Amino acid sequence: MAKKHKPRVKAPKSASVGEVMEIKTLISHEMESGQRKDRATGELIPRQIINKFECKYNGETVFSVDLHPAISANPYVAFYVTADESGELEFLWHDDNGETYTHSQKLEVA
Amino acid sequence: AAALVAAGSARADAAMVEEALSKLIGDAAVEDGAEIIRLDLPQIAENGNTVPLGVSIDSPMTPESYVKHVHVFADGNPRPDVVSFHFSPKSGLAEASSRMRLAQTQNIVAVAEMSDGKIYRTQAEVKVTIGGCGG
Repeated sequence: MAKKHKPRVKAPKSASVGEVMEIKTLISHEMESGQRKDRATGELIPRQIINKFECKYNGETVFSVDLHPAISANPYVAFYVTADESGELEFLWHDDNGETYTHSQKLEVA
Repeated sequence: AAALVAAGSARADAAMVEEALSKLIGDAAVEDGAEIIRLDLPQIAENGNTVPLGVSIDSPMTPESYVKHVHVFADGNPRPDVVSFHFSPKSGLAEASSRMRLAQTQNIVAVAEMSDGKIYRTQAEVKVTIGGCGG
């Protein structure tokens, strides 16, 4: 199932000290709101969304988001992070079902 | 005071926004943020399934002075909560964007919590042509 939710991240691979980097993220996910009814049965389709997104920079959470069912399918989040030292950017998406989808990439700061 | 309450309750869900907000900030004082918070929204959204949402605030974003949280609510959706962005001094800019579902024409309310404890609020209306909560 992990492949079903494919994260995509657009973030710089290198930056200068103090540079404010724009980061754009998206993950494929239905974001089932819990408000829709199954047409065949009339039953409510249970909610299943990404409820939290985090960006860690060398292990420290520098930006995070609480998402609610009003966020569109394939949730998109864009934000900024200030580069200060080389290391790793890590992105985590937390699903209602308890799973966490992650993506990480190296950042070179000169 | 009664007149104020009546004027503000024209929409069925306006009270739900207040309730959702008080869960996050309690009964803290809220100041007018029309000059502080910039809401980036379309005036008219043709497709309520995916409406662009952007917030930004001028802030030095230093440990001494930064924007901690921006909460976004919608007063005409089945539930008022939309999203909360949590910033840190390392965010560099108090600016973030996403995409949301809007069931109908309604007000988007944004509330910003600053590191000095001040809280600001603003809102804007988005007209929706085709609602975004249908099955």
